[in-house]
Amino acid sequence: MTRAVFAFVGLLFTALTATAEEEIVLGLSQAEVSITTNFDGSEILVYGAVKRETPIPEGAPLEVVVTVSGPSMPIMVRRKERRFGIWVNVDAVEVDRAPSFYAVVTSGPLSEVLKRIEDLRHRISIPRAIRSVGAPMEIENPVKFTEALIRVRTASNLYQVIEDGVKVDEQTLFRAAVALPASLTEGAYDTRIFLTRGGDVVAQYETVIDVRKVGMERWLFNLAHEQAFIYGLLSLFIAVSAGWVASAVFGLLRR
Amino acid sequence: MQIYLPIAEVSVNAFLLLGLGGIVGILSGMFGVGGGFLITPLLFFVGIPPAVAVATSTNQIVASSFSALLAHLKRRTVDFRMGWVLLAGGLIGSGIGMFIFNYLKSLGQVDLLVTLCYVIFLGIIGGLMFFESLRAIRRSRKGGRVQRKKHYWVHGLPFKLRFRVSGLYISVIPPVLVGAAVGMLSAIMGVGGGFIMVPAMIYLLGMPTKVVIGTSLLQIIFVTGFTTMLHATTNQTVDIVLAVLLLVGGVLGAQVGTRIGVRMQAEQLRILLAVLVLAVCGKLALDLLLEPAELYSLSPVTAE
Repeated sequence: MTRAVFAFVGLLFTALTATAEEEIVLGLSQAEVSITTNFDGSEILVYGAVKRETPIPEGAPLEVVVTVSGPSMPIMVRRKERRFGIWVNVDAVEVDRAPSFYAVVTSGPLSEVLKRIEDLRHRISIPRAIRSVGAPMEIENPVKFTEALIRVRTASNLYQVIEDGVKVDEQTLFRAAVALPASLTEGAYDTRIFLTRGGDVVAQYETVIDVRKVGMERWLFNLAHEQAFIYGLLSLFIAVSAGWVASAVFGLLRR
Repeated sequence: MQIYLPIAEVSVNAFLLLGLGGIVGILSGMFGVGGGFLITPLLFFVGIPPAVAVATSTNQIVASSFSALLAHLKRRTVDFRMGWVLLAGGLIGSGIGMFIFNYLKSLGQVDLLVTLCYVIFLGIIGGLMFFESLRAIRRSRKGGRVQRKKHYWVHGLPFKLRFRVSGLYISVIPPVLVGAAVGMLSAIMGVGGGFIMVPAMIYLLGMPTKVVIGTSLLQIIFVTGFTTMLHATTNQTVDIVLAVLLLVGGVLGAQVGTRIGVRMQAEQLRILLAVLVLAVCGKLALDLLLEPAELYSLSPVTAE
């Protein structure tokens, strides 16, 4: 249902932007991120230009907001409290959808380049990108749980807000670097670019960065999920033979 | 050198993992403990998701225990008959343990109960061993012979079997019960159970320390092997890359550890193990007692 509304809003926007005078032409340094064994994070360069038939509009300067969002999943946030002298989990809130990775890169302070109403409409800032509805009745302050989620993920660099991260030249060319951390989950990373003037979104562009495991990583992951029994036996076989080899080698060394 | 783990989906330093495996391997060879009670918390600390850490450490324990067992086999310090009896009890126990674990899970708070289990058992066992070993060392200093083979009440039970390697002629009931208790706890706590098994064999069954270690390893291999298969087939949380890194360190460490263990006196060995157990217990107790820096924690929502 919400998806349909989303799609509708999206359609509406393409319709609007089609008649708008500014359009985004985009390039990515890589449209695919391959997770190999020695994967150590990746930096993606998002660059582009503003295509327009008319002269640069006067008034507020052009600003750019780039968001990159990993696959969304529900997540449980638990809170600890002291009970009988020890710290235990006392309550929990399930956040319905939280992206596993989320970066907002802007050409200026977010509050200045984007109006609140536009943020709500496009779900751009981190709190807007997370959806939390039905918190249990007995939870006093469900907002604190969402705040904690953002705090924990920001600390591990999974949620980033980089203001002034987009360089805009002559109101026409722009580029931004998004650093993907080493601990990435697989999936389609939705990448959105918004052009704003005076806080209003004037143009929007969406694309997808594919993040997937390749080579041995892919093979092992598939084996573990599709042939779990064989995978288990393989782990045990490796364990036992490693134990035997070490013992044999040490036996030889002692002789 | 950073390495990306396919199942854990995190990137960690390969040498750090090799080192962790090595340390735990040394302990496993020295004391006959699988080291699960050490490696699992250590893996949490380096940022491996708990489910993967628990499942993968069982696989690592299989490797280091097997390596250590081979070393013990050469020295003929494994009581096979006792091992099989313990194992029979262990499999029954782990079945019961799984049942209890799932029941606790349905109540929530399973993390807390696991931690409490750790604190209580490590505390009791570490404390008992520490004081007993101190007393034994003091007695041997005075010149008296260390006397351990006493006549316990357990020796009066029926179904007696001769355990030649251990030099025992006792009923099979106590070993089966010990095995069952250990199997149960290891299913709940996600460890091999050596740190419970070793003292139980020494103090309850009256087995000689040197035989205890090899025999405990035998039982651990089967219990952890069984658990690895269970985790791999039901949760897909065994990370083979992580396991390989840990076990390369682990098997080498186990060989070194076994050699250190042989050179040391039984009482010293036990007091060291006691100190180690108490240290882990203290750390876990502090985690419960001190206010955590972050009161909130995240965990994936599992489809029930």
